[in-house]
Amino acid sequence: MALVRITGLTKYFNDHKAVDNISLATREGEFLVLLGPSGCGKTTLLRMIAGLEKPSSGEVVIGGRVVNDLPPRVRNIAMVFQSYALYPHMTVFKNISFPLRALKMEKEKINEKVEWAAQMFGIEQLLNRKPRELSGGERQRVALARAMVRMPSVFLLDEPLSNLDAKLRASAREELQQFQRQIGITTIYVTHDQVEAMGLGNRIVVMNHGKVRQIGTPWEVYHEPADTFVATFVGSPPMNLTEQGDVLVGFRPESFLPLEVNQGHGELKQFEFEVSLVEDLGGDRLIYGRLDEQFGRQRVVSRFAPNINFPIEAGRTHLFTVPEGKVKLFDRQTGVRIEKNIPAGEPDGRD
Amino acid sequence: MDAIETAPKAHFREYWDRRRILAPVMISPALLYIVALVGFPFVLAILYSLSDATTGNPSIHFVGLRNFATILHDPVFIRSLENTFLFTFVSQALVVVLSSILALALSEDFRGKQVVRFLILLPWTAPISLGAIGWLWIFDSVFSPMDWLLRAAGLLGVPHGFFGADSNLYWLGRPILAMASVIVVQTWRILPLATVILLAGISAIPNEILDAAAVDGASFWRRLFQIEIPLLLPVISIAVLFGVVFTFTDMTVVYVLTRGGPINSTQVLASWAFFVGIEAGDLGQGAAVALFLFPVLAGGTALVLRFARRREVA
Repeated sequence: MALVRITGLTKYFNDHKAVDNISLATREGEFLVLLGPSGCGKTTLLRMIAGLEKPSSGEVVIGGRVVNDLPPRVRNIAMVFQSYALYPHMTVFKNISFPLRALKMEKEKINEKVEWAAQMFGIEQLLNRKPRELSGGERQRVALARAMVRMPSVFLLDEPLSNLDAKLRASAREELQQFQRQIGITTIYVTHDQVEAMGLGNRIVVMNHGKVRQIGTPWEVYHEPADTFVATFVGSPPMNLTEQGDVLVGFRPESFLPLEVNQGHGELKQFEFEVSLVEDLGGDRLIYGRLDEQFGRQRVVSRFAPNINFPIEAGRTHLFTVPEGKVKLFDRQTGVRIEKNIPAGEPDGRD
Repeated sequence: MDAIETAPKAHFREYWDRRRILAPVMISPALLYIVALVGFPFVLAILYSLSDATTGNPSIHFVGLRNFATILHDPVFIRSLENTFLFTFVSQALVVVLSSILALALSEDFRGKQVVRFLILLPWTAPISLGAIGWLWIFDSVFSPMDWLLRAAGLLGVPHGFFGADSNLYWLGRPILAMASVIVVQTWRILPLATVILLAGISAIPNEILDAAAVDGASFWRRLFQIEIPLLLPVISIAVLFGVVFTFTDMTVVYVLTRGGPINSTQVLASWAFFVGIEAGDLGQGAAVALFLFPVLAGGTALVLRFARRREVA
């Protein structure tokens, strides 16, 4: 197993700064998720770790060795691509054994390892098929098996679930997580889907415009966002933000509840809430509306968990509250959190 | 683009949207062209090959397969047949190897790539007869610049010179050198087309597959022989098909450079058909020579197209 450490990594494409001075480090056997909107530089960062892209400046260290000038094949990493990138002219067996044949391994050993990998992903019966004869889910498993078969020191995944339909995606996510825990290989996973990131990651690196906005556990990123970008990118619906003087006041929809519901949760911040729409999602209810003049009639959302039976209807104004502890304050100019020192984009895992 | 403005045109549009009308209209020019310039001469050639027509008396009087029987006993025909295969296979083998190297090199990014691409395409854009006349000078028996270079290098025209003591090599005057010369020129001629076809094929390989090969530990050669070339095979087969058909059926290079000589050592079926049918005036036999390889070519073409299709679906 190896640690990946990145220091001051920057990548220019012509004049465009795709990755901007990023430093971070993985922990032993960790599942690290790079999360951000498309074009934020997360895939470029991953490709630089893989060696498919040359950094403009900065260092990539894998297992204590600077690999900047080493080609992908000597880095002992494995990567799963968004399109799976299976070799279309080879059978599943040949696909999975390709990395082993590149290592010039003996035939019996190759057979043994391919069998092991195929068994792990439940694709033993597909070994003689060509990729075109497989379903999306099967292709994804073959891609994973091909990546895992030579036990790489680092496992890189670039949106590997985005080509699956929603139902399959959920079960594939669960399998992927189980499997990663079982093998314990340091994994770096790129996604733009915050649900995926929250569900999979030991830690999440939130990126935007080539920069790291926050590194933290899913809980930290969700409950203690470092700035307004993280606050609004993570969570669906996103954190409500409203202006009050020089600060932006932020609170999650599920903490923004009627006075009657929130009573007993300590000190409460009160808002007049004019409800305009109630959306029943089956389980949760989403309540859309506006705050009063004091908050510039800002549009906000409230989320009622299924156990909240409070009657509410559109067109009426209610007294809503947020427990003081759940109110987050941000600088209006920079969007950075004020009231607390949140570790933003600090390298970790130096031990 | 509001609805009122487009409403009057809707009638026309509907008309043009009808496949049953539009399809025949669009395809008819191509069809007419093929029937007039390929179909008609082809049928005529079949009729001629079964008759004793001559340029003096082109009326068709059927003689059965007599023309075919005659040419099979003609040693020049047999020689031409052998030459055609040699000429085609050696030149196309060279084309496959060279165009693959060129296309792979040109698919990489480097300074001046556009200029190199343009230069490589140049032979294809020049009329072949002009190009061949240029080569005629390069192979000239007295003024050949290649001979001049060899002489300057001390390899030719001196006692015990590597290429002999004569002052010239007489490229087109010696059977083996003449065959080598026409093969070189034919390769030069077909190479640009094959390169462009392969370049298109290379750009169709998804980048992620090549990235995957790099991450999976493939060296340059492994990537080339196990990923790129197998994925290019359908396109290579199409390029070869074009090259083989052009080479089998064309006489320009041979006609301009050697007229089939010396002593028919570079004679191919296409040029021999021209000499027998047009210059000697025996239309029937000329047509029989020209048609002789048609079944082989048609069958080969069908096979290659089927292979390419099946690989493409894969």
